[in-house]
Amino acid sequence: MSFFSKFFTKDKKETLDQGLEKTRSSVFEKITRAVAGRSTVDEEVLDDIEEALITSDVGLDTTVKIIEALEERVARNKVMNQDELMQMLYEIISGLMQHERGAWEDFELPKTEGPYVLMVVGVNGVGKTTTIGKLAHQFKNKGYNVVLGAADTFRAAAIEQLGVWGERTGVPVVKQEMGSDPASVAYDTLQHAVSKGADLCIIDTAGRLHNKKNLMTELSKVRRVMQKVVPDAPHEVLLVLDGSTGQNALLQAKAFSEATQITSLAVTKLDGTAKGGVVIGISDQLNVPVKFIGVGEGMEDLQLFNPEAFASSLFNK
Amino acid sequence: MFESLSDRLEGAFDVLKGNHKITELNIADSVKQIRRALVEADVSFKIAKDFTNTVKAKALGQGVISAVKPGQAMVKIVRDEMAELMGGQAEGLNLTSSPAILLMAGLQGSGKTTHSAKLANYLLHKKARKPLLVACDVYRPAAINQLQVLGEQLGIEVYAEVGNQDPVSIAVNAVKHAKSNGYNTVIVDTAGRLAVDEAMMDEIGRLHKAVAPQETLFVVDAMTGQDAVNTAKAFNDVLDFEGVILTKLDGDTRGGAALTIKSVVNKPIKFIGTGEKMEALDVFYPDRMADRILGMGDVVSLVEKAQEQFDEESARKMSKKISQDAFGFDDFMEQIQQIKKMGNMKDLMGMIPGMGKALKDVDIDDDAFKHIEAMINSMTPSERQQPDTINGSRRKRIASGSGRTVQDVNNLLKQFTDMRKVMKMMQSGGGKRGMMNMMRGMR
Repeated sequence: MSFFSKFFTKDKKETLDQGLEKTRSSVFEKITRAVAGRSTVDEEVLDDIEEALITSDVGLDTTVKIIEALEERVARNKVMNQDELMQMLYEIISGLMQHERGAWEDFELPKTEGPYVLMVVGVNGVGKTTTIGKLAHQFKNKGYNVVLGAADTFRAAAIEQLGVWGERTGVPVVKQEMGSDPASVAYDTLQHAVSKGADLCIIDTAGRLHNKKNLMTELSKVRRVMQKVVPDAPHEVLLVLDGSTGQNALLQAKAFSEATQITSLAVTKLDGTAKGGVVIGISDQLNVPVKFIGVGEGMEDLQLFNPEAFASSLFNK
Repeated sequence: MFESLSDRLEGAFDVLKGNHKITELNIADSVKQIRRALVEADVSFKIAKDFTNTVKAKALGQGVISAVKPGQAMVKIVRDEMAELMGGQAEGLNLTSSPAILLMAGLQGSGKTTHSAKLANYLLHKKARKPLLVACDVYRPAAINQLQVLGEQLGIEVYAEVGNQDPVSIAVNAVKHAKSNGYNTVIVDTAGRLAVDEAMMDEIGRLHKAVAPQETLFVVDAMTGQDAVNTAKAFNDVLDFEGVILTKLDGDTRGGAALTIKSVVNKPIKFIGTGEKMEALDVFYPDRMADRILGMGDVVSLVEKAQEQFDEESARKMSKKISQDAFGFDDFMEQIQQIKKMGNMKDLMGMIPGMGKALKDVDIDDDAFKHIEAMINSMTPSERQQPDTINGSRRKRIASGSGRTVQDVNNLLKQFTDMRKVMKMMQSGGGKRGMMNMMRGMR
């Protein structure tokens, strides 16, 4: 598929394939096993495909949608070979992952007046700070001036953790003491970014469980305070989801979008999970596009998400 | 905790409750809904299937059809099976060797460092142990620092070696350090690792062998999806761990991991993490958890929590004051402090049978008392003792002193008066209605 070569250098495609190896071997193998040796699409095949999808964390609703789409396209009990069936599934799944607002094609920032402000949010332990480190690295490599803001003032040593990433990537980190007001840190960071003419400003926030109302309100405050410096900030609110999270990911996304209107998603730790299927469910069920996926521990292992590349990677194309 | 699973299950039982005539078909329908509820709660597909098959067989065998209240008979079967699935009895820690060594292992971001500290705090205060924390996460930036900060907060020593990149030797040295310094408990925090990362799994295998921990605890995020099964298996293959700590249960997880892990690796869940505070670590009781999932509350835990904070003398005084109508704001404040020590409000209220559902959409945050405390703190001692004397100008002063509006103060006073009535009523046998009013008063 030469289409992808535009977006993916060979190396990147290889990392994606490698990173998703477990996912692919799991989802793909499960589906293959489900359809292997069948010449007709009967109830049993559909049941097996359903099980394969559910055990891959695709989620009940999206699974039902895929099965229904499949049923619509094949007349019941129609004779059909395995390749045809796989192709059909591939088309359905990659179709579900398409998004109107679309993915980024490169680590290139949209034009804004003043710095582009990206706020990173998520529940505890999903990999927010690590994702920020990797983002800083990617954008800096593209020649952008990046500033990080350590607004996770709650968790012990979170500020130091971001500081280490700052050193690694050679990017300045604006910080205050542990326990200080996150909104104030965000404000400082934006002011610093404006005065230094930085291109990109990434704000780290403390992990918070999405059902804690007061913590979610805090996020709205951070947002409001940032707008005092850059009126249209934040340009991007990135919700980081842990790839090994199950159906709770959808609840997280819903709660966070109510508090801060998230604009994009990053799904992390996809290299370790056999269940990258969650990305399919997320793309289908949410109104927000997946923009980044984390497929490894290296600084380069945060990639731009391309639905078709992802689907074809899943289907071993 | 687990509200949405409870909801779905209730729907499944309604199939049986609403129908006057119970047939095998109704039961099959109910069972199917239970399975869906479980799968949506991230219970492993296979386990959900096995579980519902067992439930179905028992339901048919035990004559749910002919039971007087088929819905309840079904709830009982599900509840018992669920408790069984989660492990039956609560299991404590085995800390007999000297020093007792605990090893924490798990995926990135599951909460190992936080729970190492919580566990140390628990052992120090509740089990009278002398714990040493060991920082073996040499990979994640500032992980060692994180443990040190937590150790400092708790007044617990943290053993770390700056510059040493070999966790195995750090752990071995830490055990020596513990022996020569009189620590009887060593808690080893390790780096997060993916089960598929062979080099890292090999490393923790070596660490495990080198320090021979008495308790290896697998730390897992309660929101984990279908992959929980594979991850738990992979860690168990390498470490043959003793138990599980399930974290972030204060989220709105549907608890699939809790229901799944025990039966996959046959290792008990020993503790659950229920909040961000260092005290938010509870012993896991499978049967109580099953009650909570099925909306039956957990009175036993609630009473236990209350007992921990309970002071007989002050309770007697309080009760006397209530009956004499002398219950003032000082007493109220004291009660607030006690309740706050017990833990998260919503969780506490959820332990009262039937309340979980009533509270589903009620929002009670941890700072629920903050404004109330501020207003009480702005009262003079005599005002606190005799709330009736608080007139208009005093209200105004209290409002400006606490940064609230006069209306807020009015509300507080009104609620307080109501609450006094309710308390008196409860003393002479009130019940749940009284509690509900009191809750409303506290919001």
